[in-house]
Amino acid sequence: MKKMKKVLSASLIAAMMLTLLSGCGGDKAASDTWKFGGIGPATGDYAAYGIGVRNGIELAVKEINEAGGINGVQIDYKFEDDQTDNEKSVNGYNALKDWGMNVLIGSTTSGCSIAVSDVSSQDHMFQLTPSASAIDAVKTDNAFQVCFTDPSQGSGSAQYIGDHALGTKIAIIHDSSDVYSTGIYENFIAEAANQSFEIVADEAFTADSKTDFNVQLKKAKEAGADLVFLPIYYTEAALILTQAAAMDYSPIFFGVDGMDGILTNVSGFDTTLAEGVILLTPFAANATDERTVNFVTAYEAAYGITPNQFAADAYDAVYILKQLIEESGATPQDGISGICDKLSAQIVKTSFTGLTGDEMTWSASGEVNKYPKAMEIVDGDYQLFE
Amino acid sequence: MKKIKLSRQSRSDLITYGIILLLSLVLFFVGQSSYQLKGLLVPVCAQIILAVSLNLTVGILGELSLGHAGFMCIGTFVGASFSIYMEQFIHIPALRFFLALLVGALSAGIMGFLIGLPVLRLKGDYLAIVTLAFGEIIKNLINMVYLGYDGNGLHFSMNDTASLGLAEDGVVIIKGPQGVTGTPADSNFGIGVLLVLLTVFIVLNLVHSRDGRAIMAIRDNEIAAESVGIHITKYKLMAFTISAALAGLAGSFYAHNYNNIKASTNNFGYNMSIMILVFVVLGGIGSIRGSVIAATVLYMLPEILRFMSQYRMLVYAIVLIVMMLFTWSPKAQAWKAVQLARCKKKLQPLTDKFRKKSSDELKKEGE
Amino acid sequence: MRFLSYLISGISLGSVYAIIALGYTMVYGIAKMLNFAHGDVIMVGGFSAFTIISMLGYPPALGVLAAIVICTALGVIIEKVAYRPLRNASSSLAVLITAIGVSYLLQNLALLIFGSSTKSFESVVNIPPLKLADGQVNITGETIVTILACIVVMVMLTLFINRTKAGQAMLAVSEDKGAAQLMGINVNGTIALTFAIGSALAAVAGVLLCSAYPTLSPTTGAMPGIKAFVAAVFGGIGSIPGALIGGLLLGVIETLGKAYISSQLSDVIVFGILIVVLVVKPTGILGRKIQEKV
Repeated sequence: MKKMKKVLSASLIAAMMLTLLSGCGGDKAASDTWKFGGIGPATGDYAAYGIGVRNGIELAVKEINEAGGINGVQIDYKFEDDQTDNEKSVNGYNALKDWGMNVLIGSTTSGCSIAVSDVSSQDHMFQLTPSASAIDAVKTDNAFQVCFTDPSQGSGSAQYIGDHALGTKIAIIHDSSDVYSTGIYENFIAEAANQSFEIVADEAFTADSKTDFNVQLKKAKEAGADLVFLPIYYTEAALILTQAAAMDYSPIFFGVDGMDGILTNVSGFDTTLAEGVILLTPFAANATDERTVNFVTAYEAAYGITPNQFAADAYDAVYILKQLIEESGATPQDGISGICDKLSAQIVKTSFTGLTGDEMTWSASGEVNKYPKAMEIVDGDYQLFE
Repeated sequence: MKKIKLSRQSRSDLITYGIILLLSLVLFFVGQSSYQLKGLLVPVCAQIILAVSLNLTVGILGELSLGHAGFMCIGTFVGASFSIYMEQFIHIPALRFFLALLVGALSAGIMGFLIGLPVLRLKGDYLAIVTLAFGEIIKNLINMVYLGYDGNGLHFSMNDTASLGLAEDGVVIIKGPQGVTGTPADSNFGIGVLLVLLTVFIVLNLVHSRDGRAIMAIRDNEIAAESVGIHITKYKLMAFTISAALAGLAGSFYAHNYNNIKASTNNFGYNMSIMILVFVVLGGIGSIRGSVIAATVLYMLPEILRFMSQYRMLVYAIVLIVMMLFTWSPKAQAWKAVQLARCKKKLQPLTDKFRKKSSDELKKEGE
Repeated sequence: MRFLSYLISGISLGSVYAIIALGYTMVYGIAKMLNFAHGDVIMVGGFSAFTIISMLGYPPALGVLAAIVICTALGVIIEKVAYRPLRNASSSLAVLITAIGVSYLLQNLALLIFGSSTKSFESVVNIPPLKLADGQVNITGETIVTILACIVVMVMLTLFINRTKAGQAMLAVSEDKGAAQLMGINVNGTIALTFAIGSALAAVAGVLLCSAYPTLSPTTGAMPGIKAFVAAVFGGIGSIPGALIGGLLLGVIETLGKAYISSQLSDVIVFGILIVVLVVKPTGILGRKIQEKV
């Protein structure tokens, strides 16, 4: 009898699931609006990055729609959470496909982007990732990126430090469990061999121990490092700066685009600690050019927080798509594959100026050509570093 | 007409297989309705295998393990690396995939044996924490592994890509935190169902065997089991190793569905181990088909909840708590028993018939 | 001198683990359950204090007090709603899984309420750092306060358990729930009290954790929670001095491992040593060996 009950409950559950699921079938026919899908972590450890992307897309889409859409066609957008997990990212991609997505803006992080690009290339879906910086993320023909690639930042930073003789003894602290950080780190190390400076401390941390940096800093201090290279995100960088100040260690801190946000996105952070920090970044939320000011004002009004670089990259991604669509004359009726053909033929010819770079161009391999600008933080503000 | 004789045990087993087949049939048809659900079919099989294999440790052996994802991780990375490297030598995908599954399961099994040897004498929460520690160590070490190959064979490093010293035409298989990239997509739902059936077959057969009874005797009372001459370490190790090997099988199968897999806390760390444990406990500790159903439902739930966007994980948490309270709290169980009794009364005529039949069978068996 | 300075870093990290582990071990000792949500209660404590101090601008003392009140209430509610119904369930794993559900719930609630952006926590400690040997050895105010807090909490807990009626009731409940009930002890009340105390400790730990490492996000409590769990087991789970020793040792090992072996491998080293210790001494450093009877 007990078994019968179990069989009964099992089939009940199965039936329940069936009814639940049957409602989820999507409309796969070519639609008459643009459907931009976004993927990124909206929950979990890296939620700040995914939510930045989500908001950036949302804001740009709203602006374009209010101005009449792209060639008169309105844009729909949808964002799926992937919790920085490759598998969930692919799931999110499939969900977006059911929804009728015709262009993908994602994924937010490198690993997820690699996994998704494998599936999206089979569908021949145009994929523009705002923030996945690994080269592998754009290996497929249909994938392009908005942010700097790891090599351009890694070797770029090493050359910059060497050229400007910013330091002679360099310490590095990188996140060895993070794709982005390791990518830059590897390229930095490779290029450092050609430069005149010497790496005296090569330290790392992992996602599981990212609050206590005292040891890494002490080692750098003892080795006499006069410059500490931090290829990491602002969250950990803020902690490193705080802990360095507590031990009276004040070398030059040199960051990359992940460091952007340190002035504006860590609420409660004592920004005087960031004084003198140099970073290579394409976007500064407190820049005074009209484009940035408009974006930041609109973003702050809509979401109550200052945009980070993820939001800026995603916002640019939408406008890049708009420009590509206008230039190539693609329409939603072309179908996923047709759109991808037109847009990927156009992107290698186009040149785009946005929040995160002037005259950005793309190579056929999918990488963006834009060069980081070095900024120094002076009086709580970015200044172009000469 | 000759009646097929079935013991209660094999009838129960048949029901389990039946449920799996029915469930896969349902999943298959449901999967046709959307890309999203179709994309879930392969991982859901992996989750079921993981849940069933953990149930062997938790339910049958009665030891709490919080490091199951670590074994899956080994299977994933070994299996995927094997396939990528062997693509140049073995040109039959089916054979290569079969070997990759085997290699993944074997490597995880060996690891399970090596880990089990020293730690299985620990008990309860202490064992739990040690398995958690092993899982974390495996995840952390995998994050440091760099593996590649070129004309000269495999290269391995714990530092970075450059120190692999690959030739120009070299291919990087595992790239530290970026994980393993380029695994051929060999997995599909059909193979998944076969592997689930295989897993369930292995576990059920073990449970019904002499060895299985010894394992369960240890679970029920270790000292009593020892006093009747059951070799405790041997049987504990046996269950633990098989459980680890099956997790490795799931890992290798799972790996061949994604072009890139990285080892993060959520998919191979303690969070994942705990998630598998959730499947087992919710499905009923020791109940194989419970694990199958719970893994399917709980794995799909967050995906089905996607329409709730930012509230979905919150809803998921609440559903999880409520489901736990409903299935496990003594009060809810009493309530269910009352409802069941009511049902029983209504179904009385039917059951009488059923019971008569089975007593006939028993009689025949007796003859 | 260099070694000493690493050692002090280790002790300051360890003291944070220790204070979290004290709460863990307390709940485990009496309720016999691994409260996986403990780390998230710590996070709630951090956010409560952050809201009061940084967002509303009240003095730090009030923030700490509010965190304690909120966490205590939260602990009692969680115990009543999610754990108590499962206390007599046929498997002790049921309540463990519910605790995981609670942990997800708290994390996602915090994400919805406070958003995803990182908060920098303003330290509640205003003691200047202690500098020894020409500034080569630097002991921060947070470290001093955390260590003092650990010792005070440990002494008070020990006194409370050994000297008060409620404490004795806890001991009785931890030994044998059924027998305790027969002796007229209110088991439900005692366990609720345990959770109240454990959660209050979590609030203190949260404030100190966020002061020492000034960052706050919905997942802030997760990893320290797991590490503190490790620390509690390390010292012998259920033992109050064991939690302190386990926490300190864990912090020191982690720091020295980072300093002298590899900063990437610090967690591997910590977990590796844990395994070795447990294999040699299966109930932790100060754990009681319970003779099993048939």
